Amino acid sequence: MKTKRFILMVLLTMVAIAMNAAVLRAQDAKVIKIASQSPLSGGQALSGTSMRNAIELAIADLKQPLVDLGFDVQYVPFDDQATPDVGVSNAQNMVNDPAILVVIGHWNSGVAIPSSEVYNTYDLAMISPANTNPRVTSRGLSVVNRVCGRDDNQGPTGAKFLAGLGTVKSVYVLHDKTPYGQGIATFFQTEAEAQGIAVLGFEGTEEKSNFDGIIQPILATAPDAIYFGGIYDQTAVFLSQARAAGYTGIFMGPDGTDASDFAALAGEAAVGTYYTSAAGPLSVFPDAAKFVEDYNTAYGENPQPYGPESYDATAVALHAIQVAIELNGGELPSRAQVAAAVRGTADFQGLTGPISFDAYGDRATANYYVSQVKSGDPALWSENELLDTVTVASPFTALLESAMGQ
Amino acid sequence: MVSNQATSSWLYRYVVLPLGQMLIFIVGAALLMTLFAYALAVLFPTPRPNIILADQIGRQLPGMIISGVTIGFVYAMIALGYTLVYGVLKFINFAHSEIFMFGGVVGFEVIRRIADAGFLESWSPLLLVVLIVITSMICSGLLAVIIERVAYRPLRGAPRLVPLISAIGISFFLADAVRAFEAVTRNAFKLTYPVSNIPALSTPISIQIGTTPVNIRVTSIIVIVAAMLMLVALNYFVNGTKLGRGIRAVSQDMSTASLMGINVNLMISLTFFVGGAFGGAAGSLFGLNVGTIDPFVGFIPGLKAFTAAVLGGIGNVTGALLGGLMLGMLESFLSGILVYFPALGGRYTDIFTFLVLILVLIFRPSGLLGERVDEKV
Repeated sequence: MKTKRFILMVLLTMVAIAMNAAVLRAQDAKVIKIASQSPLSGGQALSGTSMRNAIELAIADLKQPLVDLGFDVQYVPFDDQATPDVGVSNAQNMVNDPAILVVIGHWNSGVAIPSSEVYNTYDLAMISPANTNPRVTSRGLSVVNRVCGRDDNQGPTGAKFLAGLGTVKSVYVLHDKTPYGQGIATFFQTEAEAQGIAVLGFEGTEEKSNFDGIIQPILATAPDAIYFGGIYDQTAVFLSQARAAGYTGIFMGPDGTDASDFAALAGEAAVGTYYTSAAGPLSVFPDAAKFVEDYNTAYGENPQPYGPESYDATAVALHAIQVAIELNGGELPSRAQVAAAVRGTADFQGLTGPISFDAYGDRATANYYVSQVKSGDPALWSENELLDTVTVASPFTALLESAMGQ
Repeated sequence: MVSNQATSSWLYRYVVLPLGQMLIFIVGAALLMTLFAYALAVLFPTPRPNIILADQIGRQLPGMIISGVTIGFVYAMIALGYTLVYGVLKFINFAHSEIFMFGGVVGFEVIRRIADAGFLESWSPLLLVVLIVITSMICSGLLAVIIERVAYRPLRGAPRLVPLISAIGISFFLADAVRAFEAVTRNAFKLTYPVSNIPALSTPISIQIGTTPVNIRVTSIIVIVAAMLMLVALNYFVNGTKLGRGIRAVSQDMSTASLMGINVNLMISLTFFVGGAFGGAAGSLFGLNVGTIDPFVGFIPGLKAFTAAVLGGIGNVTGALLGGLMLGMLESFLSGILVYFPALGGRYTDIFTFLVLILVLIFRPSGLLGERVDEKV
């Protein structure tokens, strides 16, 4: 009996080795893989799935130049579940596949930051379509880049807009105590004070359902505006309760507000809400019309915010790989070569405009948008009115420009 | 003349007395917390530059009291479920927080279906509220009865820890079952009561107290009125009916009660039904008040209500009411005032709330009103 089992084991092992060899040989046949990480399950799956779809579409559209060079381009989506440990463990898995040359991701800054430490160790280039926290790039990792803006510009954009309204003299700032929410609320607060708006309070809360206790001191201080640095599942609930308790002033949030679920949760209370975003509405990108149409054909709905950015991140990746191949004399480039080519991206024409990365991997100049909610019906979310578009240079570019000026 | 006297004494025992008791608790808790707040204002007149604490308290006092009473009644109604079951079976039904959640979800399903059918605007808001609350009471009550039959009755002779574990298991099962159901049928995690779309419920009532404008949320009034009505009814049911007497008898001595011809299993089921119905009503009223619930919403209010039950004296119905109101008021005042203290802020509310709880229990281990050993219901 024992001998039989041993023979079976040996046979199985041999089969496994043979299959592995077959796989390795298949990889020898010049396969290039693009990986992605985004939440494909759980509460933020709507956004993460839209990201995956946009990447899939971009690869199908743009892989031809690489195919002409004799490479096969494949796409491997990973589900990071919006959870840091899952993101890191996915990252450790993907660095072991030598065919993966670029990863597009993530959705959450809190997942992108620890995962990118793994990518950096293995020189795997990461291009983020959606992570706005400054620390994503400010750690100076050579492999990390992003095509979207930064919260230290997005927060102040909101503060300047409120100051520009002329009616806002005081503001009450709330945040959700996450790096994203507290970070952007802090940037907002600093700029609001610089603009002469009195900040009456700065409060963090993890409460998700009963905001009564938080609302009372806000009503007592009677601010002209409330700024809530957080995600819609919390801010929308807060807003509807604040309105029911008699708050009539302005409400503003960052890009965590920008999802149709905000209207679904807050109903009529959502109307009039201002929000800033680093992702433009689909209507502002004339080049994205075909993308939106293709997306609708393939997936039967409009892409969510950051869809065009995901498409662009993939386009940058494919272009950089092509550059790296050409520099490498037509051979499969190393990851370090690809990472260098990605960082070297300059004036690449994407759906969202020209893309250049600065020395930190930030988009050299990024757009920030201020919009206002027009209806409490989630189906009409895309009809929100775009009120202001601001183009801001990344901190490094700004530094460079001021140095050149002097 | 005699019947007139009987009516008036009936009214006194079952309406005036319990209502008076509630008012005394509310006024007492509010006074105590107001004194505490002004004491803080005397100790720290200006905790932050440009903030005069006494002025701020004066401005938000009515709002804090109303929100404290609202959440206090919600806690009290959930706490009743813990306390009733403890009175009869001597064990903590940890699945009760999910019965509360289930009531909220049932209420959501009812109002959502009405909204989808297009009747949201045409039906009177009062009818809507009554319909939601009654449906969720019946569903949650039945669910509690089923849980008792399936998960607790087979374990009745077992050591005390065994039904406790069973309760925790049921609690997890219910939360995930509801999540799966809503994910499959609606593809939604957050369930929103369309309250914002009903102007009669989402427009606050404005009154003027002295120079202070006060906005009162309509849903707060609904919660308070509904809770008071139901508590009066509960008092009558437990103390004034034959079934209530049966429950009290079972809670005093199960085996003797059964020797006296009382159907013990029926009484236990009835206790679970009543406790579950109160939890369900609390769930739907909570949903109406906060607007959005999810399958895991029960945990924190359930824990707080359990705390309230212990604070008031577990097994004691009046204690659950007092504990709930005290806890709600404490929470509301602390989150309203702590924000003015730099480095503290409203996020530390729970620490101070539970600090008070620990202090109370150190000096009165059986709760404010004491665990009633004789009359546990």
